[in-house]
Amino acid sequence: MTMTTLKELEAVSRKLRARIIKTSHQASIPHLGSCLSCVDILTVLYFAVLRLDPTKPRDSDRDRMILSKGHGAPALFQVLALRGFYPENLLDTYGEDGGLFAEHPPTPEQLPGIEAATGSLGHGLPLGLGMALAARIHKKDYRVYAVLSDGECNEGSVWEAAMLAAAQQVANLCVIVDFNKWQATGRSCEVMALEPFADKWRAFGWNACEVDGHDLPCLLTTLKTFPAANGKPTAIIAHTVKGKGVSFMEDDNNWHYRIPNAAEVEAAERELETGT
Amino acid sequence: MRNAFAETLTQLAQEDPRLVLLSGDIGNKLFDNFKKIDPNRFYNCGVAEANMMGVAAGMALNGLRPVIYTITPFTTTRCFEQIRVDVCYHQAPVVIVGTGSGLSYAELGPTHHSLEDMAILRTLPGMCVLAPCDATELELMLRAALQQDRPVYIRIGKKGEPAIHAHQPSLRIGEAIVVQEGSEVALLSAGIVMPEVLKAAALLKEQGIAAEVVSFHSIKPLDTAYLQQADKRFKLLVTIEEHGLIGGLGGAVAEWRAHHNATVPLLCLGTPDQFMHEIGSQKYAQVKYGLEAEQIAGRVLAGVPGLRARIVA
Repeated sequence: MTMTTLKELEAVSRKLRARIIKTSHQASIPHLGSCLSCVDILTVLYFAVLRLDPTKPRDSDRDRMILSKGHGAPALFQVLALRGFYPENLLDTYGEDGGLFAEHPPTPEQLPGIEAATGSLGHGLPLGLGMALAARIHKKDYRVYAVLSDGECNEGSVWEAAMLAAAQQVANLCVIVDFNKWQATGRSCEVMALEPFADKWRAFGWNACEVDGHDLPCLLTTLKTFPAANGKPTAIIAHTVKGKGVSFMEDDNNWHYRIPNAAEVEAAERELETGT
Repeated sequence: MRNAFAETLTQLAQEDPRLVLLSGDIGNKLFDNFKKIDPNRFYNCGVAEANMMGVAAGMALNGLRPVIYTITPFTTTRCFEQIRVDVCYHQAPVVIVGTGSGLSYAELGPTHHSLEDMAILRTLPGMCVLAPCDATELELMLRAALQQDRPVYIRIGKKGEPAIHAHQPSLRIGEAIVVQEGSEVALLSAGIVMPEVLKAAALLKEQGIAAEVVSFHSIKPLDTAYLQQADKRFKLLVTIEEHGLIGGLGGAVAEWRAHHNATVPLLCLGTPDQFMHEIGSQKYAQVKYGLEAEQIAGRVLAGVPGLRARIVA
């Protein structure tokens, strides 16, 4: 099932937000703000862009998608369930001892739909680059996507990978940065000198563009420009809001670690239902 | 040994289309023949080892068999987290090769020494840690490593190491190779220190002591079957390695001995808990740390009072 209409994508995105918030409360899972900022990116990728078949999660021609910002796993787990990689009721075990669903993605062998176990930042892009080069060696035309956080771009390994990808002209590699302007303990542009962010990627030999990371049609249009004809890898800087979709969570970094109480879950659900 | 590495890999690349070589900006011209086979299967990943390890893991998770090659500290301690997470956590079949291991690059200073690599990599779940004593073992080991569905680390020397095996031995990961049989002491040698160990065995023979010489090329998995029978047969087990005394072959055998309540005395020869600040050749460094043949023989004699008494008498 591939959803194409905007209304359907919006419904998916709303549903995901509600589920992520509820699960955070039920299983005491943090990183809510970081999950809500990347929901729209994941929605567009999994429901309108990625070439994949949930019934054949290891198909050799599938597109690869790595959530390099592994702390966004609560969002990814919901997306994969909704997309049909596993039954949604499997998520009832979220946070249980001995279960699969924790704060970060497990290895691909543990859960269908996962391409790489992330959580330690700065690993997803090198792994994705290896997968993109594997496509070249195997003469396959699949594409590799890696969703990074802005804080993650503190890691030197991100820029090591960026330089090699440019040198090797790995055009089938796409980075999407969930640029929510916060990292764990401060503004991402103050902790490290991130700006000029898109220009950094350009200077490293990538195609780079900036989009509103919550504007679904805009995300979709931009993602369709990849892979670029000039042979360069692509970086999409998605401007997002941490905690997006719930007024009292938006751009408040306390929600990096805070767990919502029952009243807050209810208030969030009301907002999501009415779309205010 | 590095020439043997390049030659073997070039051969193996023709037999196995999954093989990809990643180099950390070393081996100028060393891999020219490899590149001729398929330019898409050689990548100079630059001086960026963390990324190189991740790239290798990404390839290995997608049906390839990447082999990583650079100077030992840079392919081990430099990118330990990538080995842990990208390679071992994913059980990605990456072959990591460290050149110039131990004291091979003594004259380059401690930044280029590797006396901790086996210790740290041995701690990682699923990782195989290997140290060939010569080019023949290396060749067999590379073949065996590519048949494994798990990560393998191989530490090698530089160039000009003498051949130890006159004939091609049978090599299996996890099985030590007896190079020379003996009955009183067993000299368990890991990697490139083997020529000194063989000379030490000859010196011991002059003293009337029959030393068994064993290439303990597989530090993990350890050949516990050999150790079990050795526990009964010998008056002394000696481990010899160009590696720190913490966590290498000596450490591994000491752990085995404690866990199995073995009673055979154990003497561990390796480098002490220090960096070598002064300049010197590999030979100088071996002598400084008591790993030269005469020193090894002397320390073995001193290690078993019974042996010394007999010689004195």
